[in-house]
Amino acid sequence: MLYRETGQFKTSYKGDMAIFTIRQDRWALIAVLVFVVIGVPLIASQHVIAGYLVPFLIWSLAAIGLNILTGYTGQLSLGHGAFMAVGAYSAYNLASRVPELPIILVFLLAGLIAAVFGILVGSPSLRIKGFYLAVATLAAQFFVEWVFATYPWFVGGAASMVIDTPPMDIFGYRISSHLDNYYLVAGFVVVGALFAKNLVRSEIGRAWMAIRDMDVAAEVIGIRPLYTKLSAFAVSSFYGGVAGALYAFCYVKSVDFTAFDLFVSLKVLFMVIIGGMGSILGCFLGAAFIVILPIVLNEIAHLFAGQVPSALLTNLEHMIFGGLIIFFLIVEPHGLARLWTTMKEKLRLWPFPH
Amino acid sequence: MTEQQAGSVVLSFDNVSISFGAVTALSGVSFEIQEHEIVAIIGPNGAGKTTALNVINGVYEPTGGTISYKGEVRKRMRPHQAAVQGIARTFQNVALFKGMSTLDNIMTGRNLKMKSNLLMQGLYWGPAQREEIEHRQVVEKIIDFLEIESVRKTTVGRLPFGLQKRVELGRALAAEPEILLLDEPMAGMNLEEKQDMCRFILDVNDDLGTTIVLIEHDMSVVMDISDRVIVLDYGRKISEGSPDVVRGDQKVIDAYLGVTH
Repeated sequence: MLYRETGQFKTSYKGDMAIFTIRQDRWALIAVLVFVVIGVPLIASQHVIAGYLVPFLIWSLAAIGLNILTGYTGQLSLGHGAFMAVGAYSAYNLASRVPELPIILVFLLAGLIAAVFGILVGSPSLRIKGFYLAVATLAAQFFVEWVFATYPWFVGGAASMVIDTPPMDIFGYRISSHLDNYYLVAGFVVVGALFAKNLVRSEIGRAWMAIRDMDVAAEVIGIRPLYTKLSAFAVSSFYGGVAGALYAFCYVKSVDFTAFDLFVSLKVLFMVIIGGMGSILGCFLGAAFIVILPIVLNEIAHLFAGQVPSALLTNLEHMIFGGLIIFFLIVEPHGLARLWTTMKEKLRLWPFPH
Repeated sequence: MTEQQAGSVVLSFDNVSISFGAVTALSGVSFEIQEHEIVAIIGPNGAGKTTALNVINGVYEPTGGTISYKGEVRKRMRPHQAAVQGIARTFQNVALFKGMSTLDNIMTGRNLKMKSNLLMQGLYWGPAQREEIEHRQVVEKIIDFLEIESVRKTTVGRLPFGLQKRVELGRALAAEPEILLLDEPMAGMNLEEKQDMCRFILDVNDDLGTTIVLIEHDMSVVMDISDRVIVLDYGRKISEGSPDVVRGDQKVIDAYLGVTH
């Protein structure tokens, strides 16, 4: 019941280096996983699964990608929407042109193609930093939008430039219901989040953070700046690419270049900033804030429908959402994840203040 | 302590010059660093001491002269190549990774010794995990040695300056360097902290046989711990020798106290 670590002694470095060193945290994780697998289908309606949870999970995965690049490695990017677009279009083309490929492999290959594109976009990062790099990635964003808006080849020649994604089969099983899509997405997100967490606590993660905190010192102790930055770009855009593919195949079920515009890049960046730079948990919190909160506000607004003019309600929704963003950034500029950490630290000592 | 063949030259500067535009930071500096010794580079502000360290570990490229390391004349190089060759350093204004814990900072110092690839690290499986644990054991020894056990999980940005200097030394030691460059290791420290730092430097030199080149302004420290002192002024070497010789050198006294022409 209480969040205490008294009596939980670590007798090996292995135990001390686990992701969750406190027993209560491990139980909480297992509880969340059980809830994701068993609880959600029991409680949540089809509407909630398809409309809230699937996009929430996909955006979380995209945010993990950007957080690796911006939060962990300190490379500001406004091109995450482009990486997602490359992933989505690659997945569509692979799935429709080579139907023999298993769909999971298609998503992974789409991620790899996005990773190659990410390396290309990231290659100037050795020379340009900060806002200037952000502008360079912005160029990639506009370039990708232009390519997919101009060449119908990428959508199999469809004149509308928008095309439905082909159906997905896993070992002969057709992914059709909302729940199937949810499980597919949840699987990618759980594995992806664990993989990312492992990366950031290993040597490569320390190298990324070293480059972020003090690049000269990092190079002096033997970290190769180019390799480290490009590996961050590659991993980041891999996650972006897979998230983009999942977005197209499991959520909107079509490939459309307007779905990956600059606003998408900004949206993911907001998730990372509000959730917490340099935190995997923060990606989920940030995605929940940006994706789910507006929907919840909208539902609340519906309760007042009829009593209050609808135009006023819509404006109120936006104002409250904006107000909450400002509120959380003032309370904790380091993001929701930091708020969570602080709360846990306080809880460990409760009821004593120190 | 292992037997060292003291005396063999590990690094030598031959007529090294470096200038930034019209400003000459080093001109025609020659000296030799021998294995297993503690050499102090001293001199007034702007004498080119930090520049000399930056040249040694490849941050700056000399514009003239040659540097030989272990008998080989060095070609154009990047700082991380110097690190690969066994040159580690600390900085004048602590250059730690502020957002990371003490432990992670020192672990980063072992990056060159880690071999597992990105995929294995992501899976944190088998060899990758074993490797992390092995290096953790080495890092814990360094943490013990520097007496910073209590702050191993603290973010270094929150540590007092004296401890940050220690963590930075730990990060440099984690690379198991052959030459350790220390840029003002005692700056901003109180007496106890200076004594601790001196003890660490002497222990590293004795126990690990590491060659140490340090820049320091505290003359009592310099005179106490160094085997040899090199004095720079306006980018030129004006004196070199044992602490006693340097202390009595009129040119050194003039450089520090000023001289009327």
